[in-house]
Amino acid sequence: MKPWIEAVSGRYLHLEIGSRHHRLYYEESGEGIPLVCLHTAGSDGRQYRGLINDEEVTRHYRVVVFDMPWHGKSSPPEGWQNEEYKLTTPAYTDMIMTLCGALELDQPVIMGCSIGGRVVLNLALEHADELRAVIGLQSSGHVDPYYDIKWLHHADVHGGEVCAGYVYGLVAPQSPASERWETLWHYMQSGPGVFKGDLHFYMIDGDIRDKISKIDTDKCPVYLLTGEYDYSCSPERTRSTAARINGADMTIMEKLGHFPMSENPAQFRRYLLPLLDRIRGCNKTAS
Amino acid sequence: MIEKLPELVNNNEALIRRGRWLNDVFLVEVGEIQYLVHVAAGRIECVETGPFVMPSWTFAIRGSEAMWRRFWKSVPAPGDNDLFALRKTGEMTIEGNLKPFMANLIYVKEVLAMPRLLDDKT
Repeated sequence: MKPWIEAVSGRYLHLEIGSRHHRLYYEESGEGIPLVCLHTAGSDGRQYRGLINDEEVTRHYRVVVFDMPWHGKSSPPEGWQNEEYKLTTPAYTDMIMTLCGALELDQPVIMGCSIGGRVVLNLALEHADELRAVIGLQSSGHVDPYYDIKWLHHADVHGGEVCAGYVYGLVAPQSPASERWETLWHYMQSGPGVFKGDLHFYMIDGDIRDKISKIDTDKCPVYLLTGEYDYSCSPERTRSTAARINGADMTIMEKLGHFPMSENPAQFRRYLLPLLDRIRGCNKTAS
Repeated sequence: MIEKLPELVNNNEALIRRGRWLNDVFLVEVGEIQYLVHVAAGRIECVETGPFVMPSWTFAIRGSEAMWRRFWKSVPAPGDNDLFALRKTGEMTIEGNLKPFMANLIYVKEVLAMPRLLDDKT
């Protein structure tokens, strides 16, 4: 094959999040409405490799994908070796809004998957005026613990292999093998205890079922897309979440699991592109 | 289906390599029938079919016959496609010493899914 170079650029941003210095890696491509993409627990921004290279998206959107602190090519903060990483709702929310401010993103659309699909609900609740819309992939107000997460960070078990093993079945059977195994590879590269620390937000700290009915979708439209093969953030969970948010728009996606943008980008864009067109036509500032 | 694991697994070099650290016996219960699956360096040495008087195993995976039939569809329906999905609904139980199970999680999941290859032929 002929070598080629992606239009994507990757840079490191230095900023303070929660009074601590961070060196954060982010990638971007395209022009137009800022579209900030949030990866799943224990993974990194490579999950959006299909989307950020999709000219149908980048023609109208400035796609920004960042690796959360502790994830991917972003560093953990100084002193990490002496602490246990645990993601919380305030820290996660502050991280995203701080990044948007640092990059001077005006009225961005925030799209997140899984933990990202959860936190966008909190963003819609607390920062509606600053956002154009949110898209929750595999979104739910709460997920009960359904497996023993201690194995995710255990001296007797290889962390990367077991993290990938946990999420192995969350990929739909129809997803191409190459995309499935790339998705798993990202999990195999996660730092020790990072996936487990993200699940602290997902299963313990981040229950916002009682708050989401206060989201005003006139101020910040909420779109929910969930793959049918996700047994973690299941379609039932998303339906239950959507039922609590007046005006939320929900679609269940066929032949997709927990990682729609990574496990099968071609199938995912069939659902996402019409949604992005709708958001583009939704002129919030005129209302 | 479980009794066919030796022929299904032992011709798959990649799968054997994935499970090369596993040397153990685990129990699979398909409804009323119990099987002891003997693994040596990723190869399925043999599968014993019960009933057993005093079976010895490291970990056990149990489910109804109907559950396994759904799990072994060539393209299983949502909720039937993974051991943890079925554990979440309570249809499957996973018990015993889970350290070797967790340390070889993808291998065990793939071994138990191998009968899907036979779905269209049965």
